[in-house]
Amino acid sequence: MRLNSQLQPRVELSYRQPIPVCHDLSLARELVGLHDSGALWWPEERTLVVSDLHLEKAASIAKSKGLMLPPYDTAATLEKLSALIDLFDPRRVICLGDSFHDCESSERMPAAYLAMLATMQLGREWIWITGNHDPEIARHICGERYQELSIKSLSFRHEPNEEAERGEICGHLHPAAKVRRMGRTIRRACFATNGNRLVLPAFGALTGGLNVMDRAFSDVFTEKRFSVFMLGNGRLFPFTASKLLSE
Amino acid sequence: MTDTSHLPSVFNNWFGSRGWAPRAHQLELFDKVTAGNSALLIAPTGGGKTLAGFLPSLVDLHHKREADKRKAGEAKAAGTGGLHTLYMSPLKALATDIHQNLEVPIEEMGLSIKLETRSGDTPSHKKQRQKRLPPDILLTTPEQISLLLSDKNAERLFADLHYVILDELHELVTSKRGDLLALALTRLRKLAPNLRCIGLSATIAHPDDLRAYLVEQPLSQQVHHAEIVQAKGGAKPHISILETRERLPWSGHSCIYALPEIYEEIKAHTTTLVFVNTRSQAERLFQELWRINEDTLPIALHHGSLDVGQRRKVEAHMAAGQLKAVVCTSSLDLGIDWGDIDLVINVGAPKGASRLAQRIGRANHRMNEASKAILVPSNRFEVLECQAALEASEAGEQDTPPLREGGLDVLAQHIMCVACAAPFEPEQLYEEVISSQSYRHLDYDLFVKAVEFVATGGYALKAYDRYAKLRPTKEGLFRVSHPQFAQQYRLNSGTILDAATLKVRQVKPRGANSKRPLGFGGKMLGEIEEWFIEQLAVGDTFVFAGQVLKFEGLKESEAYVSRSASQDPKIPSYQGGKFPLSTYLAEGVRNFASDPNSWSSLPGQVREWLELQKEKSQLPDYERLLVETFPRNDKHYLVCYPFEGRLAHQTLGMLLTRRLERAGLHPLGFVATEYSLALWGLTDLGAAIKSGRLTLDDLFEEDMLGDDLEAWLAESSLMKRTFRNCAMISGLVERRHPGKEKTGRQITINTDLIYNVLHEHEPDHLILQATWTDAATGLLDISRLGHFLSRIDKRITHSALSRVSPLAIPVLLEIGKEPIFGSATEELLADAADDLLLEAQL
Repeated sequence: MRLNSQLQPRVELSYRQPIPVCHDLSLARELVGLHDSGALWWPEERTLVVSDLHLEKAASIAKSKGLMLPPYDTAATLEKLSALIDLFDPRRVICLGDSFHDCESSERMPAAYLAMLATMQLGREWIWITGNHDPEIARHICGERYQELSIKSLSFRHEPNEEAERGEICGHLHPAAKVRRMGRTIRRACFATNGNRLVLPAFGALTGGLNVMDRAFSDVFTEKRFSVFMLGNGRLFPFTASKLLSE
Repeated sequence: MTDTSHLPSVFNNWFGSRGWAPRAHQLELFDKVTAGNSALLIAPTGGGKTLAGFLPSLVDLHHKREADKRKAGEAKAAGTGGLHTLYMSPLKALATDIHQNLEVPIEEMGLSIKLETRSGDTPSHKKQRQKRLPPDILLTTPEQISLLLSDKNAERLFADLHYVILDELHELVTSKRGDLLALALTRLRKLAPNLRCIGLSATIAHPDDLRAYLVEQPLSQQVHHAEIVQAKGGAKPHISILETRERLPWSGHSCIYALPEIYEEIKAHTTTLVFVNTRSQAERLFQELWRINEDTLPIALHHGSLDVGQRRKVEAHMAAGQLKAVVCTSSLDLGIDWGDIDLVINVGAPKGASRLAQRIGRANHRMNEASKAILVPSNRFEVLECQAALEASEAGEQDTPPLREGGLDVLAQHIMCVACAAPFEPEQLYEEVISSQSYRHLDYDLFVKAVEFVATGGYALKAYDRYAKLRPTKEGLFRVSHPQFAQQYRLNSGTILDAATLKVRQVKPRGANSKRPLGFGGKMLGEIEEWFIEQLAVGDTFVFAGQVLKFEGLKESEAYVSRSASQDPKIPSYQGGKFPLSTYLAEGVRNFASDPNSWSSLPGQVREWLELQKEKSQLPDYERLLVETFPRNDKHYLVCYPFEGRLAHQTLGMLLTRRLERAGLHPLGFVATEYSLALWGLTDLGAAIKSGRLTLDDLFEEDMLGDDLEAWLAESSLMKRTFRNCAMISGLVERRHPGKEKTGRQITINTDLIYNVLHEHEPDHLILQATWTDAATGLLDISRLGHFLSRIDKRITHSALSRVSPLAIPVLLEIGKEPIFGSATEELLADAADDLLLEAQL
């Protein structure tokens, strides 16, 4: 049996992807890794954290608005998550809220996707933090529900707390950052942190981003005293907030 | 002279009272239409085209009123029937103009005819009233017609329609609006059996396309055509290329070198129209003209981004003959009637022979006098293009594009439109759709896919059947499943999707460290594309509405600016409105460049330049592609001369970069002009070709349009932008919602994500198909690139040089001015991020 001693994710020889490139970050004395998929890896706890999956978003919009968006987002998101789980083989997975686009989504989710989810959940602890989109998650879906959860010195919740808290990991805001380089602007989803709290990018396939310069972030970070890690292909791009553009 | 017996006496008297006689083409058109035919009138601007179009309708209405009067008992003099005539034009302004011009004869002849306009700006109570009590003649746009057709009462409203007049048809049919109109016409023909269409057009290359567009096509292969009436052309225009005393620039588009000479010409004429190709050129030229305007001549500016009020003011002054010159863009290409213009100056290359002819037609509305035009090339290559355009004009050649195939996204919108009015039977609707020339090649399977798309998104994965927007009835008709969807259609229909724009408002300047909020309530200057404002930082200066402005900040959908004293503004890098070089003129340029015998007509400086090229490298052959390689400042360049226009060159540059990357030759970037393409890198490309490591035949192999293109497109922002348009037109995403207007930015994010998901999971989906077709002919010009690649296949000449060639100078000078492509986003980000890391370590 493997125990917690192993800090690096286990890599199967048959797996052809390179070893996950993570950016190490120290948060409330815990060492965590930021992954270019937008997930957080906590090696000591072998815990994988993802935020804002918004499963069944397209279906929800088709139903409520009659806009027939491609019905492939749930599969895309689950496949991406499943690949990460194969890669890291986590002992515990935490979904930081808004995992389902609305309360009915978990109820209605087609059997094939439920099966995919159940397969991923096999042999590991699975935690649903509830969010504003999914305060209730259908009973037939496995996993524990929490409004918030603390493990060691880190706390996990969907929306950032009003009072600044050390070691807080949250989602909800879908952070994205924009920079200008050689006359071109580049906009990407990103992690945003001030060393005390960390906001994860949205993981779902049809989830847009909100610029970190937006007013909504002013309650989360004081002025421009924070940095972002923009998601790249196999790496992350760090910027201090002062280098970023607003919309 | 002309036989005017066709017209009722009240019309003849009216012409007489003005000292006019109806022109031959006006009467010919009248006869053909009155005999029950649809017809196309081709006449130059100022040929009394619009009046010609309205004559059959006015006379018919007159007869009807007379008959009504005779049936005195029924005491219904006016406004008895439904709509009698529809008039559509590509410009709202044109409809307003026509309204005024038409009211005069109607009033003077004492006809009791009710005339109204309807556009997006018409107040809703008036729109409602127009549906209840329609006027005889309605002046409107294709979008409004679609909206009326989606109404439950459409059948009654249009039952009595007799005439549809399509003004500036050559312009209408070039876009998706033309597709929408084509479909609307099929519907109108069904609702109004007596319908005749009258198309009015400038001279074009393929009149038969438009003739077919105007009438119902049979199910067989045979093509039906409307009648055609050609007005006799006026005197040949007098066109010349500016003979400059100055040095002709190598590159650039500003024409600043010729400024004093342009000014002299303005001074020497009564009224001059100065046409340029882009808004930024208009702004720049206007600024520079005023800088040297010692006589303070009244010179004005007119382009599509300016505030409507300002534009109307310029137009009014122009009509009143109070202006000496107007610097303008294509916003004035179309036939608004203006005062006495005796000179047209075309600054920059004309880009197309027909475009030039239409612009020149703006001068001198009296058809029998020759219009006068001067072409001002802005660089040496453009001299060749101007010369080619001039020769085309002398030969009367036209190069308007052939009729486009109707878009699938527009079809989807039309299906929803029809469904909103009443349940439809798919096969009947299919036959109706293919009775238009634009959609006659559509096959039934694709049509069914479009219906499925409207109903449930048309995905292979049938996830949305329970939410379907269209549901079959027991009788096999398709009906809208909820009134909410009809409402949604009405809010989102239309085909004009301008780039998201921001209003530009002038406010008082702020001090550098002022914390004071931005002032508000200043003057509105116009609208500018969001992406341009995005490039600006607070404090940047740019030229807009004829003045140097400082960017003060953004507030919701408004950009706040203040007047700046700066003399050296950051010029708008606005690229929009650049027309692609027509294939016809491109061929002309290729011809000139390759054939020294044709150089006698060229200015000395240009001749010398070409002579030098012949001596130092070689001339581009007419049949072959010339590729030059040379080192310069530690970099190695590859320059080729396809002469296929900037869009095709950019696509080619993108694909060649990928190939060179794969060959391990590390290209660093490329830049494209209308005539040539330059790529560069650190590896010696010339040596690689010589050693056989790289063969040009393979590099330019046509198969790059396969996998390479596919792989690049998946990432291309151009493709995503095109997809966004198709998604909105087809109704896949919404444009607006009652009460909350989304910003362009939000939509971009959403459709990009949708594109990614769809491209990955269902690459042959209907909307991706529509996107691909658009991209091929639009922003990426793939079809033209394809023709080019097959033309030069195995016909490539390599010229290995030790230094830059004369012909390559223009494109190299564009480096730094034009956006450079080729460096992938990832590398740019890495670059920027590393800078920061270095900083952090200091």
